[in-house]
Amino acid sequence: MSDATNASPALLDVRDVSKAFGAVEVLRSVSLQVKRGEVVTVIGPSGSGKTTLLRCVNFLESYDSGSIRIEGKEVGYREAGTRQRRSERDLAAMRAETGMVFQSFNLFPHLTAAGNIMLGLTKVRGKSQAEARQIAEHWLGRVGLAHKADSLPAELSGGQQQRVGIARAVAMEPKILLLDEITSALDPELVGEVLAVVRSLAEDGMTMLMVTHEMAFARDASSRIVFMADGGVSAVGPPKEILAAETSNERLRTFLARFRASHF
Amino acid sequence: MASQILYALPFLAKGFAVTLWVSLLVVTLSLVAGVLLGVGLVYGPAPLRWAVRIFSDTIRGIPILVLMFFVYYGLPAIGLHLPSFWAAVLALTLFKTAQVIEYLRGAVASIPKGQSEAAMAIGLTFRQRLTSVIFPQAFRRFLPPWINGVTDAVKGSALVSLLGITDLMQAINQVIGRTYEAMPLYILGALIYFAVNYALSLASRRLERRFAFIRE
Repeated sequence: MSDATNASPALLDVRDVSKAFGAVEVLRSVSLQVKRGEVVTVIGPSGSGKTTLLRCVNFLESYDSGSIRIEGKEVGYREAGTRQRRSERDLAAMRAETGMVFQSFNLFPHLTAAGNIMLGLTKVRGKSQAEARQIAEHWLGRVGLAHKADSLPAELSGGQQQRVGIARAVAMEPKILLLDEITSALDPELVGEVLAVVRSLAEDGMTMLMVTHEMAFARDASSRIVFMADGGVSAVGPPKEILAAETSNERLRTFLARFRASHF
Repeated sequence: MASQILYALPFLAKGFAVTLWVSLLVVTLSLVAGVLLGVGLVYGPAPLRWAVRIFSDTIRGIPILVLMFFVYYGLPAIGLHLPSFWAAVLALTLFKTAQVIEYLRGAVASIPKGQSEAAMAIGLTFRQRLTSVIFPQAFRRFLPPWINGVTDAVKGSALVSLLGITDLMQAINQVIGRTYEAMPLYILGALIYFAVNYALSLASRRLERRFAFIRE
C-alpha cells in the first residue's frame, strides 16, 4: 500500500477504515496517509463520507474496523484490531493532538475570542492564565484579529469567527489540523480571508487534512488531493492530475464536470 | 385588633423562620439531587437513564399532598418513621427534584451538539466539557424556570402545616384560632409570601440580564 522506498512514515495513517450507520456503509475500507507538512484535501460529492472520515481521525466518530494512527499511535481504540475504546482521559489527550475547525465554527458563545483560545491552553495544556493570554493574542494576531481579543463571538462576522476557530485549533500546537468544510457556511465575500489564513499556515509547514468544495483553493494549496465516492477512495494524486478534465476515472470526471457546471 | 396581631408577631416570625428554613432545605437539596440526576438522565448509561426517567415521571404525576402524606403516614409501614418536619422536607424535596431534573435536561438539550464536539476537539475531558462549556451556557436556560420553581417551593412549603408543623401558614391559623381575625391575618400572610417571592423574581431578572449577552 504505502511506497516501500518512502523512508519517512506517515504522520497520519488511515488503514482499511470502514463504518456503517445501520445498513448504510459510509466508509468502505478507506486508506490514506498524510506526511508531516503535507496538505491533503478530500473532495467528492456530498454523502461520499468525507466529513465522516475527518471526524474519525479525532474520534468524534467511532469506526467499525480498520485502524487510524497518528505518529504510530492508535487513535480511538486501545489496540489495532480490538474495538476497545480508550478511556475518556486517553481520548481527550489524543484529541488534544489533533486540531479541528468546523463548518459551523462552534465557538463557545459565552467566552471572548481570546477566552475561546485560552480554554484548551489552561485546562488541557496546563498553561497559566497569563501565558495562555499571550499565546491567544499571538494567534489572534496571526489571523488578523488582534483587536478583537475581547469580543464575544456574537460580535464577530462569520469570517472573523472562523478565523478565531482556526486560532483556537492551532494554538494547541496540534500535530495535524483537520478542516471540515470551513468556508461552506460563509458568505462568498468572507471566504477569501479564511482561506488566506489556511494558506499561511500551510506555508509554515502545518500538516493538514481538509474537506472542501473550494476547488481553486484545493488546487493551489494541496500537496495531494483525495477523491472520495460512495464511502471509498476513488482517486489520489497531485492536484494537477486529479483536477485534470481528461481524467480516466469516470466518477471523478462526472463530479468535476458537474462541479464546473455549477460553479463557473 | 391591631394590638392582638402585634402581640402575635414574634410567634408569626418564628413560623416565618420555619417557612424559610423548609424552603431553603428543599431548594438546596433538590438542586443538588436534581442536577446530579439530570446529568445522569442526559449522559448516563441506559439503566440509570431509565431509572431517572421513571422516578421523574412518577413523582411529577403524583399530587404533592399525596406524596407528603405517603412519606409521613405510609413509610412507617415499611419501618421508616420520619419526624413530621423531615417527612415534609423529604416529600417536597422529591417533588422539586423531579422538576429540577426536567429543567436541567431541557437546558442541556438546548445547547447545540457542536459545542460538545468543539470542546472534545480541543481535548477537554467529559467533566471539563460540562463545567467549562455546557453548564455555563445551559445555566442561562436553566435559571428562569428554576427561579419559578423556587417561588413555587416557598409557596408550596405552606403544605407542611398539614403535618402539624408550625410554619408561617400554621402560625397564622393558630393566631386566627385565638383572635378570630382571619381577614387581616391572611392578608398579612399573603403579603409576607408575596414579598419573598417578589424579591426572588427581582433577583432572577437581574441574574438573567447578567447572562443575556450569550447569544448563539
